[in-house]
Amino acid sequence: MTSIAMRKPRWRAPSVLPGFGLTFGFSLAWLSLIVLIPLSTLFLKSAGMGWHAFVEVGFSDRAMAAYRLSFGTAAAAALVNAVFGLLVAWTLVRYDFPGKRIVSALVDLPFALPTAVAGIALTSIYAPTGWVGQFLDPLGIKVAFTATGITVALIFIGLPFVVRSVEPVLADLGLDVEEAAATLGANRFQTFFRVIFPAIMPALFTGAALAFARGVGEYGSVIFISGNMPGRTEIAPLLIVTQLEQYAYNGATAIAMIMMLISFAVLFTLNAMQSARRRRLGS
Amino acid sequence: MIRVQNITKRFGDYAALHGIDLEIQPGEFIALLGPSGSGKTTLLRIIAGLEFQDEGHVYFDGEDVSDIPVGRRKVGFVFQQYALFRHMTVADNVAFGLNVRKSKTRPKKAEIKARADELLRIVQLDGLGGRYPGQLSGGQRQRVALARALAIEPSLLLLDEPFGALDAKVRKDLRRWLRDLHKQMGLTSIFVTHDQEEALELADRVVVMDHGRIDQVGTPEEVYMEPATAFVSHFVGETNRLPDGRHVRPHDIAIVAEGGDAVAVDNVFRKGSAWRVEGRLADSNAIIEIDVDTNQVPPSVGQTVRIEARRSRTFAD
Repeated sequence: MTSIAMRKPRWRAPSVLPGFGLTFGFSLAWLSLIVLIPLSTLFLKSAGMGWHAFVEVGFSDRAMAAYRLSFGTAAAAALVNAVFGLLVAWTLVRYDFPGKRIVSALVDLPFALPTAVAGIALTSIYAPTGWVGQFLDPLGIKVAFTATGITVALIFIGLPFVVRSVEPVLADLGLDVEEAAATLGANRFQTFFRVIFPAIMPALFTGAALAFARGVGEYGSVIFISGNMPGRTEIAPLLIVTQLEQYAYNGATAIAMIMMLISFAVLFTLNAMQSARRRRLGS
Repeated sequence: MIRVQNITKRFGDYAALHGIDLEIQPGEFIALLGPSGSGKTTLLRIIAGLEFQDEGHVYFDGEDVSDIPVGRRKVGFVFQQYALFRHMTVADNVAFGLNVRKSKTRPKKAEIKARADELLRIVQLDGLGGRYPGQLSGGQRQRVALARALAIEPSLLLLDEPFGALDAKVRKDLRRWLRDLHKQMGLTSIFVTHDQEEALELADRVVVMDHGRIDQVGTPEEVYMEPATAFVSHFVGETNRLPDGRHVRPHDIAIVAEGGDAVAVDNVFRKGSAWRVEGRLADSNAIIEIDVDTNQVPPSVGQTVRIEARRSRTFAD
């Protein structure tokens, strides 16, 4: 018995927690089925088209403009969401007010609402004749059919990610650290920026990264508000669909491939920064 | 001198403190001792300024600080769960109180660093300034919390259940160490505890609290030997309550050859430096605990012995 057990490969530490083989195996199989296999066809398809053609379509002026727009607006929306999502989470955790449950449920609505509905609603509000747009238009601020409009749509889509990431961490943060800061003479401002904010930073970071990732890939809500002018308000996902509609499968694949690589690089870097921080804090 | 005058505090319908009066002399080490719900922590937090009384006043050296916010009371507070800032190094934790000062009164960077190093040396954590709290043991975290509280040069040090979260051995070492530190620094200190042994060992005076009232204030000797109420008698040290209303400590009971009351022995075990004999009074079935010197042969289980109280107290109910 013992000798058999000893001969097993020791690539993991012995543990009394059961089910490692089972759960690890399932995780791998599942990830392969759901994520890796579909993505690998992307690789295969683009590998078959030849380097020259890949660069020509994937890095065309129109494609480059689309990447800039997609990643730029997603980043801007993630930043805005980081600020206001934190504010919403703070309000939901720290204060009791009538209708709190309703507000909390409203936060999740962007998850459930069909994105096209959100896009059409936002467009009609922000169009120069819309509820909000009619006041912004005389000021020279154009939202619908511009990059600003795309950012607005992505802010809408990304808000729940930040709120739901930050909320539990904020709720978990003991009041005693704030009291400790107060006894040491810190004012509210110092307590927030030196004590509370650093403690919720990782969660805020995660939430913003999720909002960013979602924003990069968002299609449904954006295409209505963006106006879809090639080179100006055409997002990368739309460019892919356009290519597909013109039966330019190679072009669609090349653009998808590049988007995926950039997204992966960004998310991987963010994750690596997080785990480095966790290691440093010894927790 | 710290003076607490007629402090009353309610949480909703629940009265946490009823008219507390207390005077603390400079340099004293005071224990607030009581069971949970006795109001001891609430009192500590009111003195610190973390909680506000409904009635009454708190004076520091004759000045009414009741309306002065916690940050300006110059009170060092050590929290039960330490409340360290986990994202800061140990040195940054200790220096926090200096770093948040207004630029006019803030010492220079090098000075702050020197001060933090000095405090870490005092709490015997020299060289660990670069670590994070997550990398320290419970006892070490406790000492970081203490160093951080001392950094603001407080006029009063308050500790909320300072040893509650530590295991027995560490707790004992830290206790002795804290007592020595208090002797060295002479800083007026108040700590909250539910552990009578801790209170008796550390404090110059013990404030025994129950149900939001102070039952007795006295030296450890006084509260142990001359408890003012039945509650103090039971809470500080062990006490048998005899059917006739007398309270007797286990070591104040003698086993006698004749006379006295009959006790049927249920259990005998060694409790530290004495035999502990547990039994029931034959008449009333009341449980009796007796300490017997280890140089004597203890009675055996099942035997009936006769006892006499050598020293007892009665309290008005």
